[in-house]
Amino acid sequence: MSNQSGADGTVLKVHAASKKVSSPEGSLTILSDVSFDVSRGETVAIIGASGAGKSTLLALLAGLDLPTSGEVVLNGHNLGQLDEDGRARVRADSVGFVFQSFHLVPSLNALENVMLPLELAGDDDARARSSDIIERVGLGERWSHYPSQLSGGEKQRVAVARAFSTEPAVLFADEPTGNLDSRTGGKIMDLMFDLNRNSSTTLVLVTHDSKLAERCDRIIALDSGKLASDTRVAA
Amino acid sequence: MKALSFAVRSFGRELRSGEVLVLLSAVILAVGALTAVGFLTDRIGKAVARQANEVLAADLRLRSQEPIPEQWQNLADDYGLSTARTVAFPSVVYAGDDSALSTVIGVSDGYPLRGRVLISDVLFGEQRIADGVTPRGEVWVDNSLLARVGASVGDTLSVGELELTISRIVTYRPDQSIGFASLAPTLLLNIDDIPDSGLIGEGSRVSYSLLLAGPENAVADYRAAVDTDELPDALRVRTQEQSSQRAFSAADRAQRFLSMTAVISLLLSAVAVAMSARRFAHRRMDTVALMKSLGATQGFVIAVSLVQLVFLGLIGVAAGSVIGFAAEAGLSVILADVISADLPDPGLTPVMLAGGSAFVLLLGFALPSLLQLRDTPPLRVLRHDAMPPSPSRIFVVSLSLLAVAALLYRSVGDLAMLVILLGGIILISAALYAVGRFLVAFMGRFRSAGVGVAWRYGLANVSRRGRASAIQVVAFGLGITVLLLLTLVRTDLLAGWQRTLNEEAPNHFMINIQRSEVESIRSIFTDRDMAPPDLSPLVRARLTSVNNVDSSEHEAPERWFLRREQNLSWAEELDSSNELVAGDWWAPDYDGPPLVSIEEDVSVEANLKIGDVIGFEIAGQQLEARVASIRRVNWDSFKPNFFIVFSPGALDEFPATFIGSMRVQEVQRPLLVELVRKHPSVSVIDLDSILQQVRSIIEKASLAVQAVFFFTLAAGIAVLFAAVQSTIDERRFESAMLRALGARKRIVFSGVMTEFAALGAAAGLLASAGATALAAVIAVELFQLPYSFNPLYWLVGISAGLVIVCASGYFAARSAINSAPVDVLRGAT
Repeated sequence: MSNQSGADGTVLKVHAASKKVSSPEGSLTILSDVSFDVSRGETVAIIGASGAGKSTLLALLAGLDLPTSGEVVLNGHNLGQLDEDGRARVRADSVGFVFQSFHLVPSLNALENVMLPLELAGDDDARARSSDIIERVGLGERWSHYPSQLSGGEKQRVAVARAFSTEPAVLFADEPTGNLDSRTGGKIMDLMFDLNRNSSTTLVLVTHDSKLAERCDRIIALDSGKLASDTRVAA
Repeated sequence: MKALSFAVRSFGRELRSGEVLVLLSAVILAVGALTAVGFLTDRIGKAVARQANEVLAADLRLRSQEPIPEQWQNLADDYGLSTARTVAFPSVVYAGDDSALSTVIGVSDGYPLRGRVLISDVLFGEQRIADGVTPRGEVWVDNSLLARVGASVGDTLSVGELELTISRIVTYRPDQSIGFASLAPTLLLNIDDIPDSGLIGEGSRVSYSLLLAGPENAVADYRAAVDTDELPDALRVRTQEQSSQRAFSAADRAQRFLSMTAVISLLLSAVAVAMSARRFAHRRMDTVALMKSLGATQGFVIAVSLVQLVFLGLIGVAAGSVIGFAAEAGLSVILADVISADLPDPGLTPVMLAGGSAFVLLLGFALPSLLQLRDTPPLRVLRHDAMPPSPSRIFVVSLSLLAVAALLYRSVGDLAMLVILLGGIILISAALYAVGRFLVAFMGRFRSAGVGVAWRYGLANVSRRGRASAIQVVAFGLGITVLLLLTLVRTDLLAGWQRTLNEEAPNHFMINIQRSEVESIRSIFTDRDMAPPDLSPLVRARLTSVNNVDSSEHEAPERWFLRREQNLSWAEELDSSNELVAGDWWAPDYDGPPLVSIEEDVSVEANLKIGDVIGFEIAGQQLEARVASIRRVNWDSFKPNFFIVFSPGALDEFPATFIGSMRVQEVQRPLLVELVRKHPSVSVIDLDSILQQVRSIIEKASLAVQAVFFFTLAAGIAVLFAAVQSTIDERRFESAMLRALGARKRIVFSGVMTEFAALGAAAGLLASAGATALAAVIAVELFQLPYSFNPLYWLVGISAGLVIVCASGYFAARSAINSAPVDVLRGAT
């Protein structure tokens, strides 16, 4: 929707971000001094082994959590300077999500799940826009089905449709194929990249699937909470 | 606005998908139960009160030594009350050459406004209900007057200048206990004949009454208006509360029981709403986290939750009212005898009250859970273990207590009572929680002693969920406690009444027996091989001083006792219908300075304490006595009882008459004719009709208590059922996992049932202890009934816990266990 990226076209700016949590064994550093920029329209994969800090980084990027030190600027907003509601408004305005475990609302049917972010943003045209996008993900016939009546792949398509419904500046995907078989997962990723191209959304993807990562413009590798490499993939 | 429209839409969806059904059914049940119990208590309470009013023959009675000014009649007309008048005075009446002092009562059309006059055609003959009042020119006389003047029905009686035909024998008037002990033989005539009698003149001792009856509100308004106006000294207002201890105590206890029932349905509803709301909020946590990750603000989440809560309340109240009304309609049919049709329609009042209560319950018990949702971290979409911080316990507890206190206050309307009740609830909850945690930990030890995996799994679950299990034990325990309590108190109450209605209870009173007649009267009974009646002496007196201060200056909460004419008696031993509550009873051979024993209520109202010296004026002489003891009197016993009883010998030198009570069977009635013929000055009062009246009150009250009890019990069990349903989520996932690991359905099911059984037994055990203790307090303090311990109730309590929790757990667990493990484990949608 709105686009407040910097003059240089940067939509996401991470500067010296660290995250520490207290644990029974004392303070535990999950992310340490991570810095990078993401430009508008880029597709970025964040990879790393389990426990490398991928999901934590994603949470910081989307403002679901705050870094212990350092800063994250999302679409021109310094998230650390906003309260929870302020960050929620930024998300409403510029962020879409696709989760590994889909996170569809069980009491809403497919169409209503897609409508949810539009309704939260107060869009009067939510139903029409959602019907349109649910057609585009190939679920036009099944819009009235509840999540419990959909297969895993179908659920994730609903989730993808929901993520794109608000035409967000940045779409975050957390292991979007993690709960799917490779064929279904492949189809979902095709769908995501298609939609991404058509709507010039920035895509930030957390995955440990190297094949999937290689389809992105850029791969950021984390190792034990530190930025290990930041590689551009040849087209 | 955005939140409102979103809330409306999503509530519709949640309703459709069944997500809110558990909380909604809890609210519906609560409203249904509260409406129906509210309706029942209102109806039955009024019916019982009206029955009790019969002793006034009206709802309200104005009495005066002067003709009652027209203004009070006009005021009654203004309030739409029905009225009747009576005029009563003593006069000697003649039948031929025989004469007798009697109380002449003139009654106007409409008398009695409450209750019925019973009449018969021959002495001590069969009774029937009088149709209308005594016609002009006729007179209805009572048995003893007829005996005394040796007349029969059809003879002529001279009352002053009137010559009246004796047309009926009046055997019962609803208000005959007014001025009871001074009762001379009575006769009823039409009030319009009174002026012609020429008997009322300057200085006559006449008592005028204006009887009033009508809708409760109108009577109350009238009473308030009368109270604010400066009443002339001579004019006094009498209500049922002051007029008959006997009828009152039964009606009063029934009322208390009904109020208690209302309180209990409230508490049960609170338990159900609180538990369902917890579950509701917990299930919404994921959705809220998602909404927040998609950009919903905290304010939005709260607004949506509040709007949904209001919707839930509205739908719950609407559906609950329908159920309540249906229950009302059904109960009205069943209780048609008790709930007389002429009572004003309760209309929407019970619904409004129940609806209001439901909202207060939702606010007090569901709001904290929903407020907690506001703080759900959006991070929960990535990390499922991210939980909102628990709401402040002080906040939760005070909000819930505030809600309960507000509702209880409305029910009990008495601050002291409220504090006792609330204190009791807090104490019991705390005790239940503490003991619950102990039991939960204790049960965990038995997991290895079991007979298999199901047993181990079930008990392990109970102890692992320590705090949650303990909370469930508290909730179920509280529910079962109140239901058990209701059972215990009801049983005691009914048993107490049954004793009152003992077929051996005396059914006749004799008054005005002279000392010289005592032996002769006893012999009438002993000659027929019947036990002679217990005769108690009676000395008329005025209370003149307390601790040497004039009684008019003695400070007391109530003055009526200090002003009235006193009936003193004496006794060697404490009567079986009395119980000493303070001080000591004198030795049977006591021979010292005069001592008195005072009735408990009077001691409080007239502010008389042990050791006080009370002065009396008896037939112009002074007598002082020290208060030695305070007694509680069982007024239901139908024996002569006295507020003031002297030690033996103290009253010997004063003129006394005797009164007595006895049981006379139908076939022994000729004895009564002989008695009144031989001793014409003795008045025999047929208590059978009063007993009938009291029995009728008690029977209605019993029926009411039973009906309300069973309804509340059913509603309570349904509410507990809903509460158990609300705990099933926690078990759903684990059952699926166990099955995925290869456990057979039966094993998993036995495991879950073991868990429920353990919780139910613990709750039942605690409830038995709590209810037993509470019942003892309530029986003694609130209902003034002797309490007897019955170990059977412990068995009942534990079985009830087991059965209710297991049965509802069974239905809840069945669906959880029958769903395919893969669906549950996938869970993530």
